[in-house]
Amino acid sequence: MKPSRFDSTVLTLCFAFLYIPIIILIVYSFNASKLVTVWGGFSLEWYRVMWSNQGLMDAAWVTARVGMLSATLGTILGTLAALTLVRFPRFPGRIPFTGMIYAPLVMPEVITGLSMLLLFVAMNIDRGFWTVTIAHTTFTMCYVAVIVQSRLLTFDRSLEEAAMDLGCPPVKTFFRITLPLIAPAIISGWMLAFTLSLDDLVIASFTTGPGATTLPIKIYSQVRLGVTPEINAICTILIGLVTIGVICAAISSKRTELRRIRDEHDAIRAAI
Amino acid sequence: MARSLGPVKRKFSPWTEPHAVPFIRFENITKRYGDFVAVDNLSLDIYEREFFSLLGPSGCGKTTLMRMLAGFEAPTEGRILLQGKDLANTPPYKRPTNMMFQSYALFPHMTVEKNIAFGLEQDGLPKGEISARVDEMLKLVKLEAFAKRKPAQLSGGQRQRVALARSLAKRPKVLLLDEPLGALDRKLREETQFELMDIQHTLGLTFLIVTHDQEEAMTVSDRIAVMDKGVVMQVATPAEIYEAPNTRYVAEFIGDINILECAVVANTGEILQPGHPPVVRLDSRGVPIAVEQECAAVTGASVAFAIRPEKVRIALDQPVDVSVNAVHGEVWDIGYLGDFSVFLVKLADGRVVRAAQANVSRLVDRPITFGDMVWLTWPLDAGLVLTR
Repeated sequence: MKPSRFDSTVLTLCFAFLYIPIIILIVYSFNASKLVTVWGGFSLEWYRVMWSNQGLMDAAWVTARVGMLSATLGTILGTLAALTLVRFPRFPGRIPFTGMIYAPLVMPEVITGLSMLLLFVAMNIDRGFWTVTIAHTTFTMCYVAVIVQSRLLTFDRSLEEAAMDLGCPPVKTFFRITLPLIAPAIISGWMLAFTLSLDDLVIASFTTGPGATTLPIKIYSQVRLGVTPEINAICTILIGLVTIGVICAAISSKRTELRRIRDEHDAIRAAI
Repeated sequence: MARSLGPVKRKFSPWTEPHAVPFIRFENITKRYGDFVAVDNLSLDIYEREFFSLLGPSGCGKTTLMRMLAGFEAPTEGRILLQGKDLANTPPYKRPTNMMFQSYALFPHMTVEKNIAFGLEQDGLPKGEISARVDEMLKLVKLEAFAKRKPAQLSGGQRQRVALARSLAKRPKVLLLDEPLGALDRKLREETQFELMDIQHTLGLTFLIVTHDQEEAMTVSDRIAVMDKGVVMQVATPAEIYEAPNTRYVAEFIGDINILECAVVANTGEILQPGHPPVVRLDSRGVPIAVEQECAAVTGASVAFAIRPEKVRIALDQPVDVSVNAVHGEVWDIGYLGDFSVFLVKLADGRVVRAAQANVSRLVDRPITFGDMVWLTWPLDAGLVLTR
C-alpha cells in the first residue's frame, strides 16, 4: 500500500523534530565562525580548541573512568541481585525485594541524587570521584538486574542440572554453563549502565566534588556562560561514539539472526 | 531401515531369585511439597542390568522419584540405597548416575563433541582417553559426521542421540531417562526404542526410564512399575501387567479392556470336576460369566470382570453353548486399524463390549458389518476378576 500524503507528512515531521537539532549541532561544530548561529565556512578549528581545553579533556577522562568503573560494579551487583531474585524463589521478603529493585528506575533523579548527597554528608565522606562512582553504581545496578533477570527467567534450569549430573560442581557449573549463556544479557546490561553513567547530569551534580567534574556537568556549566562551538565539537564526538555503539549492536544482532537461520537450515537438511 | 541385531537375549529375572541383592532400593520414600504429597511411602527394588520403567500419568510422582535418585530433590522421608549405600549425603555431581533429560538439555554453546566430552572432562581424564571415548560414543549413536556441529544445527532425532551419547559417555552405573522419546515422531521412536534396548544390553547397564507412554514401557522394559498419585500400583513384567493386572486402574491404564460390573455368584472350584482349577462364577446384569481364577472374593461381593478385546471372539452364528460367557448384541461401530478391526457391540441393556479381530485375509468388505446381530464369546481363562 502506498503511504498517504498525511502519513508521510507526519513521519517527516517526527524525524525532523528528532534529528534537526542534532544535525544543527553537528554542522555548527565544523563552523569557522565563533558565533554559533552564523555559518562562517568549514573548519576543524573547534576540535583543536577542544583538544587543548584541559578542563574539558579532564572532565571527559573522569566521565570515562566513572562510567567504566560504575558500569562494571553495577553489572556485577545487578547480576548477583538478578540471580538471587530468580534462583531463590522462596526467601521471606522476596516480593518486596523484587519491587524495590525496580524503584530507582522510576524514582525522580533529583530525589536519588539528593538522598545520596544526604547519605554521604551524614557519613562524612568527602565528595569526589568515588562518591559519583558509588552513586552511579547504585542506580545502574537496577537496570542491569532487570535485564539479567528477564534473561534468567527464560533460562532452562535443566542445563545446569545436566552439568551437575555429569559431575560438575555448582560453582564450576555457573562459570562453564550459566555465565556463557547469560553473557549477552550481561554485556548489554553493562553497555546500558555505561551509557546511563555517561549521560547523567543530575545525580552526578549532587554527589560530585572538586576535582571530579564529569563531562555533562562541565558542558552544562560552560553552556551557562554561553554556547561555544567547542561544546558542539565534543557533543559531536559523543554522538559519534554512541552511533558507532548502536551500529555495532545492530550488526551483531543481525549476525546472530543470520546464524540462527543458517542453523535451522542445517537442522532441516540434517533431518532429511 | 535394517537394524543390525545384537546378541540373542536371554531370560532375565533376578527379582524372582530369593537371594538376589537389589542394585537400587527405594525405602519408604515420601516426598511432600507443602501439603501436596508427590510420592507416598513408596518402596521399590531395581536390580543390576535391569531395564526398569516408571509408568504413569503426569503428576503421578514418577519424575520426582527419578529426580530424587539423580539427587536434584531430597526425599522428605525414607532412604535411597545404591549398592547398599545410602545416597542422602551424596550431591548430584558425585552420584554414579547419569540422566538423559526430557528437554535433552544440550549445552547450546558447545559442539556435539564438547557436549559428549563434558562429563569426562569433569573426571579429569587424559585428553587422549576423552577423545577416544567421544569417538566411541559418536559411533554408537551414528553421529560421527556431526561432531563439530552445534545442537541448534541438528534435527530433533539427532539431538536426542547426542543427549543419549552424553549421558552414556561416563559409563554410569545407572542411566536415568526422563521421557526420552517423547519429542520424536512415531517411526523414529520405534526405531530408537530398539536401539536403546540394544545399547542397554551391549553395555550391560541398568536403565531406569520414566514415561507416560505405555507402549514404550511395554516394548523396552524388563519390568514396569505402574504409578498413580505417588503410589506404586503394580510392579511386574510387561506380560504380567498386561495379562494379570492387579487392579482396575492398572488394567485400564495399560491397553484396551472391557470392564463389566458383576456380582459373585459362587467362588469355588468344585462346581466343575474335582482336580480342575478354581472357578469364580459371576453374574453381570443377567449375563452369566465364569472365570478360571483363584480369587478371594466372597459370594455376593461386587467385583469387576475384565477382558481384553482381542480375547473376545465375534461370530454371526450362534455358538453351541450360550449358557455361560456369551452375549448377543448389535454391531454399533467398527474401527478399522489395518492389522486389527475393533467391533463395538451394543448389548440389549445398552452396555458396549469391544471385540478385536485380526484381519488375517485381504478382504476389503468384511463379513461382519454395521447393524449385524453378533455373538461374543470367550473361554474360561480369557478374562479376569478384579476386586479392587
